[in-house]
Amino acid sequence: MNWVDTIVQGTLLGGLYALFAMGLAVIYGVMRQINIAHGDFIVLGAYMSLGLIAATGLHPFLVIPLGAAVFALFGYALQRGLLNRTLGGGILAPLVVTYGLAIVVENVLQQTQSADARSIKLPGLDTASLPLGGGLAVGVFPLIMFVVAAAVAILLEIVFNRTRLGVAFRAVSDDREIASIVGVRDQRLFGYASAISFAVIAVASVFMGIKFTFTPSLGPNFLLYAFEAIVIGGMGSFYGTLAGGVILGIAQAIGFALNPGWGILAGHLVFLAVLLVRPTGLFARTA
Amino acid sequence: MSALLETRALTAYYGDFQALFGIDAEVCEGERVALIGANGAGKSTFLRAIAGLGRSAPDAILFDGTAIGAKAPPEIAALGIALVPEGRRLFASLSVEENLSTGTFNGRKGPWTIDRVYELFPVLGEKRRASPSALSGGQQQMVAIGRALMANPRLLMCDEVSLGLAPAVVKDVYAALRRACDADGVSVVIVEQDIDLACEMSQRAYCFTHGSVSLSGESAALTRDAISAAYFGV
Repeated sequence: MNWVDTIVQGTLLGGLYALFAMGLAVIYGVMRQINIAHGDFIVLGAYMSLGLIAATGLHPFLVIPLGAAVFALFGYALQRGLLNRTLGGGILAPLVVTYGLAIVVENVLQQTQSADARSIKLPGLDTASLPLGGGLAVGVFPLIMFVVAAAVAILLEIVFNRTRLGVAFRAVSDDREIASIVGVRDQRLFGYASAISFAVIAVASVFMGIKFTFTPSLGPNFLLYAFEAIVIGGMGSFYGTLAGGVILGIAQAIGFALNPGWGILAGHLVFLAVLLVRPTGLFARTA
Repeated sequence: MSALLETRALTAYYGDFQALFGIDAEVCEGERVALIGANGAGKSTFLRAIAGLGRSAPDAILFDGTAIGAKAPPEIAALGIALVPEGRRLFASLSVEENLSTGTFNGRKGPWTIDRVYELFPVLGEKRRASPSALSGGQQQMVAIGRALMANPRLLMCDEVSLGLAPAVVKDVYAALRRACDADGVSVVIVEQDIDLACEMSQRAYCFTHGSVSLSGESAALTRDAISAAYFGV
């Protein structure tokens, strides 16, 4: 096994896991709500992107901003119309409702798209690579994927830490009651958080569709990777989530290099080890 | 003087427990009113009800002639009612300056800016980047008051500002509060355990006993005997 190569590939794959995780982290961070359908929406986004590309011939990267805009609107509407109604009555209602959504999304996709494995083609860039010297090379596409993930992390950090919207997000997360008496309209704010989460889902879905072959039933796997990246990285910082994704990616890459059957398992083992040793995560900013 | 805030037979609940049994009270424009009474008499519940945190009958609370009893807290904040809550309740993950800035979320224009709060409480300017947890109790209370002032309120409600503070600090905080409110003619409701301080700070006072008003009048005219009689409901 070439360690350097394995770690580089794992790091770049970790960018995708970080993209999975950041959308989930936004929602959990602001309204302490867990979207069980998160992974299924990633799969839904990939099918929708595939359809859009087939219909218009657009380059997959051009579909990303379009998909992000559509998903942001959808996320806002879903939050205001449905998910807000599940808040305030304990942890169970949002879990059950989003679990139900997950089942609906998966089965609609099974019904309409069949269970065949699909993939988004990336003309020209599928196999392009950059030589790094010493016999090493990185794929151009995985590199772009990682750069986009890092850019999303930076953008989210800026939104949360440098803007009024971010102050409102953190205030509501700290103390919803006091936030309401200083004038924060939390229902609307939760809609914005969901819009951001779904925009990130749309970005993640295109990269997932190019990187993997996917079927309608993969959603729960992606939800699990997203969870693992968040737990490894720790709550409260999107850079931590990015790092969590990278650690998960590296663990899987090393596992795969040792034995093709061990990749996913290695990721789970690292996740469990972090949970045992540092339950708050490696880079947690808030408890 | 006309009443800025008026409650008519206001009832309110603390959980499942009825805490207020028909409160009639009023606060005039620019007036400072104290609420005194034993623990559990309903003072905090009264302030929370006005801020919109309880479920009240629509016309049980009138603000500037408008019925606000059924309005949500952000709408009430937008009308110019600000609360300094019991226990300060600062946002833990926000810096001092960010905490102050949340006061502006109600969208009201007015004389208060971050710089004016720092003029009032210079120590906060030095700690603007600090986390509230790094502040002393008195400084935290200054942030809570500053946050409420940043809302440019017409009515400022302060719930036990002195709780857990050293006596000297309490004096400073109240002096600053008085300066700040007198300058702009802001009406103030003060809930305070220290009766002497409450009477000194206010023009009128209401004494709450078991969720009802047991005594009210000009603060200067209230005698200690009358207050202790009202306090214990004898």
